[in-house]
Amino acid sequence: MIEVKNLHKSFGDEHILKGIDFVFDTGKTNLVIGQSGSGKSVLMKCMLGLFTPEKGTIEYDGKAYSDLTDEQKRDLRQEMGMLFQGGALFDSMTVEQNVMFPLRMFTKKKKGELKKRVDEVLERVNLVDSGKKFPAEISGGMQKRVAIARAIVNRPKYLFCDEPNSGLDPHTATVIDNLIHELTVEYDITTVVITHDMNSLLEIGENIAFLKDGVLAWKGDKSQIFKTEDETVTDFVYSSDLFKKVREAQQQGL
Amino acid sequence: MRYLQSIGEYFLMLKGVFGRMTKRTVLKELIFKEIDEIIIGSLGIVAFLSFFIGGVVALQTALNLNNPLIPRTLIAFAARQSIILEFSPTFISIIMAGKVGSFITSSIGSMRVTEQIDALEVMGINALNYLVFPKIIAMLTYPFLIAISMFLGVMGAYSAAVMGGFVPADVFMQGLQEEFDAYHLFYAFFKTFLFAMILATVPSYHGFYMKGGSLEVGKASTTSFVWTSVVIIVTNYVVTQLLLS
Repeated sequence: MIEVKNLHKSFGDEHILKGIDFVFDTGKTNLVIGQSGSGKSVLMKCMLGLFTPEKGTIEYDGKAYSDLTDEQKRDLRQEMGMLFQGGALFDSMTVEQNVMFPLRMFTKKKKGELKKRVDEVLERVNLVDSGKKFPAEISGGMQKRVAIARAIVNRPKYLFCDEPNSGLDPHTATVIDNLIHELTVEYDITTVVITHDMNSLLEIGENIAFLKDGVLAWKGDKSQIFKTEDETVTDFVYSSDLFKKVREAQQQGL
Repeated sequence: MRYLQSIGEYFLMLKGVFGRMTKRTVLKELIFKEIDEIIIGSLGIVAFLSFFIGGVVALQTALNLNNPLIPRTLIAFAARQSIILEFSPTFISIIMAGKVGSFITSSIGSMRVTEQIDALEVMGINALNYLVFPKIIAMLTYPFLIAISMFLGVMGAYSAAVMGGFVPADVFMQGLQEEFDAYHLFYAFFKTFLFAMILATVPSYHGFYMKGGSLEVGKASTTSFVWTSVVIIVTNYVVTQLLLS
């Protein structure tokens, strides 16, 4: 569980996060949604320890990040997996080497054991035959799956996903969403997903934080978000024509 | 003011490079990979340039020696001095700033653009140490490349002068050994070592701290080449003043 309490972050005169309070539950896919510039990425970077907040705390299973020593922070980071928007795979390494990378860096396992774990994870993300290929030789969806495999190979306790569906077709996006959700349950991890994608919200939105202008404007789950009358949320959720028409149809009782 | 800030950032980067070390086995592999890419990968162009520039230096000296009072041994002497003192250490380093420097900046810059550096940092890896330290260690072998350049430069001069019929082989060899000062070799390799450190770190700085997209990677590579060359030229002047004057 990750608990964010009264989190503030500014860049110069620009106050980006204005006192965020939210609990990211373990074993659930926690979604952070909001318009561009609402502070989602800054919130995630604070949670990853890449930005230091001016005020407030972030607790990982009850331990405040700011109270940890440098060594403890490094150990905590090794318990985090991150899926970047573009995958952030290392171009010079094969798929197998990319997935093996965190294990090689942080474990003392023998090569055979590492290979076994990598094969296991690649099988889990349906990429058994692509181990020897380079990232440039596989599709965008496959790259995302490799990135997921790399993020979970070291059995993290916390998984962060930054817009995992960007640049993917709707079918592949659903595959990625489902994979993230399945792994969250299977590994019992705390997953935080930043997204704009309404389909993701429908698929995996078990615990949703809606940010607007650096403030937590709404929280709930996917069943609640389509029933809320809160205008800040409805303006965002029904901004696409498709969802607008669905809503109109609902209101007309169709 | 911006320049001062950049200089400060550069030295902070160096501090970061020697901070938390990457796992030794991984580092060893990275160092060998860098030696292969940076040093072995440059052997061909360095050999080609050194041989022909050595030849041209000898040719120019021979063609401009019209005064019969000036001994023909000067051809080999002039070629040796210009190759050892300046051409091999300094001008090969400028060429390397274009070849290796641009490669370092663009490869690190691309990693920045595609969030690969963020990925390293999120994993708790010291990205500066992982990316820059192996390059610094690999560049410790750079003096060997310059030694090869010196040898081939002199060979080029020999080929042009002797085979071109400007001077007999024994006169060339006599000129080559004339007034040889071993201190000049120390001077040449001392500045080569400094240039190696500049070649490893200045382009890394430009790649690591670049902002923007792929267009900016190209711009960063150009800026990196300009600044690496400027720093090499200024260092060359200072070192020459300190060690030879």
